[in-house]
Amino acid sequence: MRFFSLVWASLLRRKTRTFLTLLSIVTAFLLFGFLDAVRVVFTQGSAQAGVDRLITTSRISFIQPLPLAYRERILAVPGVATLAHANWFGGIYQDRRNFFANIAVSPAEYLAIHPEIALSDGAYEAFLSRRTGALVGRELARKHGWAIGDRIPLQATLWPHKSGSTTWTFEIVGLMQAGDERARKFENQMLFRYDYFDEGRMSGQGTAGWYIVKVRDPAESTRVALAIDALFRNSAAETRSQSEKEFNLAFARQFGDVGLIARAIMAAVFFTLLLVTGHTMAQGVRERTAELAVLKTLGFDNGLILRLVLAESMLMVLIGGLTGLSLASLTLPLFKTFGAQLPPLRIAAESWVAGFGIMLGLGLVVGLPPAVRAMRLGITEALAER
Amino acid sequence: MGLASLPARKGAAAVVVTGITGVVGVLVALLAMRDGFEATLGQTGHADEAIVLRAGANSELASQIAREDALLIARTRGVSRDAQGNPLASPEVVVVANLPLRSTGTDANAQIRGVGPQAFALRRSLRIIEGRAFRAGRRELLAGQGAARQFSGLAPGAVLMLNQEPWTVTGLFATGDATESEIWADAEVVQSTWRRNAFQSVRVRLTDPDALSRLTAGLAENPQLRVEASTTQEYYATQSLRLRRLVNFLATTVASIMAVGAVFGALNTMHAAVAARTREIAILRALGFGSVPVVCSVLLEGLLLALTGGLLGASAAWMVFDQYTVSTLGANFSQVVFAFQVNGTLVRDALALALAIGFLGALWPALAAARLPIPEGLRTR
Repeated sequence: MRFFSLVWASLLRRKTRTFLTLLSIVTAFLLFGFLDAVRVVFTQGSAQAGVDRLITTSRISFIQPLPLAYRERILAVPGVATLAHANWFGGIYQDRRNFFANIAVSPAEYLAIHPEIALSDGAYEAFLSRRTGALVGRELARKHGWAIGDRIPLQATLWPHKSGSTTWTFEIVGLMQAGDERARKFENQMLFRYDYFDEGRMSGQGTAGWYIVKVRDPAESTRVALAIDALFRNSAAETRSQSEKEFNLAFARQFGDVGLIARAIMAAVFFTLLLVTGHTMAQGVRERTAELAVLKTLGFDNGLILRLVLAESMLMVLIGGLTGLSLASLTLPLFKTFGAQLPPLRIAAESWVAGFGIMLGLGLVVGLPPAVRAMRLGITEALAER
Repeated sequence: MGLASLPARKGAAAVVVTGITGVVGVLVALLAMRDGFEATLGQTGHADEAIVLRAGANSELASQIAREDALLIARTRGVSRDAQGNPLASPEVVVVANLPLRSTGTDANAQIRGVGPQAFALRRSLRIIEGRAFRAGRRELLAGQGAARQFSGLAPGAVLMLNQEPWTVTGLFATGDATESEIWADAEVVQSTWRRNAFQSVRVRLTDPDALSRLTAGLAENPQLRVEASTTQEYYATQSLRLRRLVNFLATTVASIMAVGAVFGALNTMHAAVAARTREIAILRALGFGSVPVVCSVLLEGLLLALTGGLLGASAAWMVFDQYTVSTLGANFSQVVFAFQVNGTLVRDALALALAIGFLGALWPALAAARLPIPEGLRTR
């Protein structure tokens, strides 16, 4: 990089133009960062899911309950290590807008099968000993100003209490923190005990919403899933077992092809950017025709001239692109409320890689035509134009 | 003036036009998606139609209404009656079934609605466009045309397995709203197949749009009922609120970021355009043209290019996306089908945005051109 200062100087030659071009690139990559974060959340889900866990739901639809009696039968399937069961409660705290997931779970089993949930001190014991106890995510507690020991009322939407009331009261006995990346969603959830739920609800006793099955060997999970489903075929409640990742993906996919929308927008944005930046670069090189001819006269060979012009466009796209992506990753945490059940938006490693690839490609495509033109420049004609 | 030299700067002009075409195209497509969704759900309800759900339930899936309660609800005051004196009320049961999507072959949630005999009288916009309705007591399905477009295997005459029972599709219906995304069957048959004993909701025609308060009061007088009534207009508006907000947020964020980017792009090219015309502008000013005509000519050029880009973008979006049909997860965790709508208001707003970008992009270069010292301008080449 002996000629870095030369490349730098030519970028600064027209400060306004370089600055405006940089801003266009920054904006494009800022948008790329946002959209790709959304795309990753909707199409990946993998970082969130345990590889050794299956979700078993009713074959008819995931809201159809399954008998609790399936518990023992699933446990008997070879390859199944442990299992837990859960029910979607759908309770509302104060206002419908305060949506968060609240789930009735088989307490000890559920925590055992999700080792990524880190609990506050004493929470585990308190949760297992207090029937009305609930664990709330740290983020959720912060949002509503809850503390351990608080009693909070939830309005039931799906499950009225058998007393006829729609208000259920829970006592917060502990906070959940994300032990690792997979558990981020738990920071916005509330878990409470199935026995309290099942005894209190007006109808549906003895059923579970879904089972979470831990397999002994992740490589076996497809076989185990098929074995579980075969067990209940032609019964009153057939099942569908999927890996946790597949389950999450299938759900996200139902919102529509977010990946396709994001890609289409990005294609439009980058095509536009290509034209704007390409035009600016070409113009910049055209204006410097005489200078380039002087460089050639001084003995700069054609290859070097090509590399100099290419380096200039690369440098500009990289500065703009990296600034844009960094800006995106700094501002994304501000969109925290983007659906409480979705993991938080952030720039994933694969977005950085893809973004970097696009920068290199863009720099090359934008820089190549003027670079080739500069390389082919005849010294005498160029100087004569002057 | 000024515009005459535009053909000499085709490259720069094309860049501004394409940039704005891109912004406007994406904006119109995103807003057409939002408007289509709003229109589909907005047209679904009526002010003189009410849906009765269990108290506290915020959607049909969360609600349960016992058979005897459904009869009581139908007889409450405020409910309109047909010529024979029967209440215009339909107790309905909603179940969700996994059916394969046409597009990907993967399963998605289809909404199956078991309806009472009055359901057809209640939905005024419903037309059977192919085949016939299901017969009472049979395992027959009448599919909405949206559902039939979205899911495979819903052609009239086809047989599909639902909850381990064979069902025959007997026809298709159209309503022009979100109801088209549903699949209808006889309520009694749906209940027996899914082993349900209760309904999810009771839908009633009100005697007049103001009768909701009478119905609510009538329902409250009966201590056996723990239900709430709202107009279907209100109900569908609430159901789609979250998604509408999300789509709106997405459209505005993406469009504003793109618009900012386009302003930079336009600034850049207009700046270059002025730089290329430095000498021309200096000569014009030396000839006695004041700064106002110079500023105007640059601004006019920016606006003209922006308008061209805006028109191109809007028509491209209109050609590709108008009536483009997609589906998403709507009420009751089920797929709702809707079509993009590119309408006049939207195109007008998009053109206004294009003009704003053109104006902002040209303003600074225009002022710079006007301030240019004449002797220096004449010396440049």
